[in-house]
Parts: sequence; structure tokens; C-alpha cells
Amino acid sequence: MAVWLDSRSRIIVQGITGAEGLKHAKRMTNAGSVVVGGVTPGKGGQSVDLGSASVPVFNSVSEAMAATGANVSVMFVPAAFSRAAMCEAVDAGIPLLVAITEGIPVHDSAFAVSYALASGKTRIIGPNCPGISSPGLSNAGIIPADITGPGPIGLVSKSGTLTYQLMYELSDIGFSTCVGIGGDPIAGTTLIDVLGAFESDPATSMVVMIGEIGGDAEERAADYIRDHMSKPVVGYVAGFTAPEGKTMGHAGAIVSGSKGTAAAKQTALEAAGVKVGRTPSQTARLAREIKR
Amino acid sequence: MDLYEYQAKELFAKHGVPTQPGKVVTTADEAFNAATSYGVPVVIKAQVKTGGRGKAGGVKLAQNPAEAREKSEQILGMDIKGHTVLKVLVTPAEDIKEEYYASILVDRSQRKYLAMLSLAGGVDIEEVAAKTPEKLAKVLLDPLTPLSQQQAIDLAQRAGLSDSLHQSFADLFLGLWRVFSEEDALLVEVNPLALIADGRLVALDGKVTIDDNALFRHPEDAAFADAATVDPLEERAHEKGLHYVKLDGDVGVIGNGAGLVMSTLDVVSYAGESHGGAKPANFLDIGGGASAQVMADGLEIVLSDPQVKAVFINVFGGITACDAVANGIVEAVNLLKVQGKELKHPLVVRLDGNNAELGRDILRKANIPGVELVDTMDSAADRVAELARKAA
Repeated sequence: MAVWLDSRSRIIVQGITGAEGLKHAKRMTNAGSVVVGGVTPGKGGQSVDLGSASVPVFNSVSEAMAATGANVSVMFVPAAFSRAAMCEAVDAGIPLLVAITEGIPVHDSAFAVSYALASGKTRIIGPNCPGISSPGLSNAGIIPADITGPGPIGLVSKSGTLTYQLMYELSDIGFSTCVGIGGDPIAGTTLIDVLGAFESDPATSMVVMIGEIGGDAEERAADYIRDHMSKPVVGYVAGFTAPEGKTMGHAGAIVSGSKGTAAAKQTALEAAGVKVGRTPSQTARLAREIKR
Repeated sequence: MDLYEYQAKELFAKHGVPTQPGKVVTTADEAFNAATSYGVPVVIKAQVKTGGRGKAGGVKLAQNPAEAREKSEQILGMDIKGHTVLKVLVTPAEDIKEEYYASILVDRSQRKYLAMLSLAGGVDIEEVAAKTPEKLAKVLLDPLTPLSQQQAIDLAQRAGLSDSLHQSFADLFLGLWRVFSEEDALLVEVNPLALIADGRLVALDGKVTIDDNALFRHPEDAAFADAATVDPLEERAHEKGLHYVKLDGDVGVIGNGAGLVMSTLDVVSYAGESHGGAKPANFLDIGGGASAQVMADGLEIVLSDPQVKAVFINVFGGITACDAVANGIVEAVNLLKVQGKELKHPLVVRLDGNNAELGRDILRKANIPGVELVDTMDSAADRVAELARKAA
């Protein structure tokens, strides 16, 4: 078992004929994921070589789903076209849409995420995220598949590289599923969505949650953990030294006035009984202690 | 990107939101001329991208042109929360009856838009929200449907706005909605929204934040960018496509991934606590899949900050291959040599993940004086803080 992504996942890549889409379609295939095709409007009927296999390209997500039985789409479409691509995937009824693209306008993400929520059919992860990986089962996105193997830790994070860092530090224990929800102001899947999924996933026995400055998702997650989680959660928050009013790389990573600070997030998490590490390595040590 | 008040008001005017006439000037003499042309008392307002300028003395009433010159002289050059006032807005003074607050913003936690109106405007709205939340009316807006006339009137009703003003408020608020949606704004705020003695509603102030990711749809917004207040290193990094933020410390930081770099800043600060207060000098994210050239560009920018005494390169190779990062470091140092510059400051490097061993080998073989490999992020931060203090 795992969360949202497992050995039954059949993946298509939106934007598979672009450089990034093709590169990562190959990487996913090499990592053992089942990539069954891709979508590039106007290039339907072509095929792309993923190394071990050649897969068909379709003009639309719905054609691709009908022909291949795909149930996951990983999107690498350029930011300017992402809103249309996301809405198309929702219209096709794909259950899981992993939006990797960085730099999508907030109004476009807000529209597409609302569109997906209203459909009741599609879960969007991202945008501006590294994707989701269930080690040993499937990998949808750009998370390196060789860092760690399967195990009992569920990981949810706003940051790609910090996800990799924690996977690496705890690679001897292993992970059920790692979900990168992305660093944009509007996220298709929230920290709380992932925490809830881990709480009910039998393969997950503890959770590592990585947050960062900006918004109040961590504070809300803290309330959720206090009220609804029986499994232990270890936390980390990046950005204690970030200055007010400056965007730190991620579009959503900004302290506005007194809001969105790392200190406030740490305080809220600790008040909910979450152990919060001072550095990524210390966070890994805390997780290790709980595991024991 | 935050806009100045006068720029926000340009957008207001474009979308039919009533504002006042105004002239942006950079000298006291120009302020004198502007006041002369209006022929009535004027308000001189500091143009800075921060709140609380009224309290700081950045907004002053002038009865005549001579006073306008005098007050502008006081305001120009003033420092407001670290922002130097380079421009003032001169506008005719209005006979204000009441002051309200109105805004539309992106509500991150609800993943919707939030429209707000309060009759208790003209003051810090965060204080109103905290102390008397019942005075702040809120309506959540669905991103799938545009704001309707009825929603605007509902908001007016909830806030307790007098019935006679509902129609003019709805017209004004629909204008703010057009600024929000058509200009790709993340925040549109009017404080105060003034009821003038003659019964008009007028946006006396304006705050707009534009979504940088949507600039491709608004090439004309490039004119809003403000070269005078952008740090020159940030500007150069931006031209090279790097995410760089200038900070105040002495440890240059380069890493891959926004989260890891933010984390690196924190870890360096913690290490600084036991090394005489060493602090990060910058945020620099070289991004995923970084090439040798990107590393060379990044290192060049960080080393040209005169405050930097030591540099920490912290990379976890996910997509980024550590051998490419190592080659980039070697290349950057060679490039410096070609330009006749020696590597003046020590580099502490931590490489993990994709091809880490290959990367470490490249650095060991290159054997560059001043470049040190350290195994873990925490101990590397400790080492670089120590080196920065020794050099200071």
C-alpha cells in the first residue's frame, strides 16, 4: 500500500515531446514506473522512444486515457499553457494530475485547482512541485528514484531538494510515499490532504513534514495533527532567517508583515505535539528516535 | 512586484476606479509647480513600497505652493522602514467625510479570492481585524466565476455601508475586481476609500501587488519595475536567470532548490551563533539541473559582493548532477584567474546525492587552494562560519 500512487499507476506525460517532458518520461520509465504514453496537441500519432520502450503520443488527455488506461498524468507543459492543460486533464477525468511546471500565474492555478475541486474527480498535486514517489512501486514526477527504498515513513514537503535531503538521511528506514506539494501560493493538494492520507494508510507508521515560510498551511496542519492524527509527526520549517517582504525562490515563500514566519509555524507545530528539528539532519535524528 | 501608490492609481484609472488627479515629482521645486497648477491645498505623499508612512511623517498637508516646497523637502530623502523616499505624489486635498477600507486578495488557505470591506478604514487594518473582527466584512469569491454586482452589494450590506452608497460602491468595487483579475494582481487594496463631502467615493490611496509569473501577459508592466531600488547584484543575477536575494551577512550561500537554500541560510546563522555572529550574505538558488555555467555565474555574483568573506556551496543532487556542480566550481575559479583575479575567499563545499562521489573526486583532483570539502550540511555550515570570522 501507499498513498495515491502504487504499482497500478499508469502514467502519461503532458508535454512529452518537450525536452523536460521527454527527459523525465525516460527517467520515470528507468525507475520502473509504468509510462504508457504522452500528450502533445498536434503531435498525436507520433511515438517517442523512452529507451526500454516506445510509447504513443496523443492529441488530448482523453484520447490517451481511452487508448492506454492511464490514471495519472505528469504535466511539464510551459507555464503559459498550463491552465488549459490542467483543465483539459480534469475534463478527461484523470484521477491524479501531477503539475511539475514552475512559474504558472496564480490566477491560472487558482482557476485550475478550483476547477479540479469542483469536478470531484481529479486530485492535482502541485504546481511547481517535484511530484510524488512511492519507492519500489511507482514514481510520478522528478523525484530521484534511487535515493531510498520502501519503508514506513510518509513524507510531505513544500520543497523538492529538502525532500531529497530527508529521503537520503533516512534512506536506511525507507518511505511509503513522498509527496512534494510545491512552493506556490495555491496548491492543488495541501499539507492536510497528505497528512489525512498518511493517517489512513496502513503502510505509513510515521510522518515527516517539511514546511517553509509564507501562508499559514503549517499552522493549519498543526491544528489538524492535534485533532486528527494518531501517528507521530516530525516537522521541519525552512526560512527562519528570511527577511520580511522578499520572495525566497518559491513564489509562495514570503513573510508578509508579521505573517508567515518560520517561528510562528514552529510554535504552532510544537504546541500540537510535533517535534520540530532545527536543521534537516536534526529532523532526521528526531524521526530516527521515534522510529526506535 | 509591489507597485507604488501612483502606479496603483494608474491601474485604478485604467479600470474606472475613481481616484484623484496627482503629479509624481522628485524635487521640491517640481512639487511647488504642481501645487501652483492645482491652486488649492495639496497633500504631499511619500512614494514608498511599505505601510505606515503616515505615522512616519511621510504624508503632509500643504496649504499653498511654498508650503508644498517646504514639506516636500522634508519628505524627499526621508527613510521609512529602510526605504528611501525618492518620489512624492502631490494631490489636491479632499474634504473627507468618512474613511473606509476595501480590498481583494488571494486567500491561500481557502484557495479562493477574498473580498473585504470595513467602515473602520484609514487605520492599520490588521489591527481592526485582530481587535474588532466584526467590523471587517468578508466575502469569499470563487475563482471560476467573475465578481458580480450582487456580490459587491452583499459586501456593502454586510459592512453596514449606508444604502445610498451601495450602487456607487458596487461600481467602484467592480473596477477593483477588473484590476485584480485583468492585471493579474495578487492584492488590490484601498485604504482609505474616502467618502468625500460632496458624496463621491474616491480611492485616496492604492496598493497593488502584481504576479511576477504573469508578466508574460502584461509586457507593459515592465515599466513599473524600479531600477533605482533594485540591488545591483540582484539585477545582475536576474539577468542571468538566477534567484538571488541580497542579505546583510558575510557568508555567501549557493545551493540548489529554494527550500534547501532557505534551510542553508538558517543553518549558517545557527553556526554563526558560536562563531562571532557570522550570517548569510545572500540567498542564491541555482535551480534544478544546474550546469557548470550556471554554477560559474552564481559564484561570480556571490564573490562580487564586497561583504562576503567565505562561501558555502551546498548542493543535494537530485536532477542536478554533482559532477557538473564540481566542474562549475573549477571552471569559475579558472575564469576568475583568466580575469586576473585570485580566489580571495575560502569556499566550503558539501555535495550529496546524484554523482556526489564523482563531484568530490573532481574537486579533490583539482586541488584548488581555498576550496574545502566537508561531509555534512551542519558541519560545513560550522566550518564556513568559522572561516568567515577568521577573515573578518
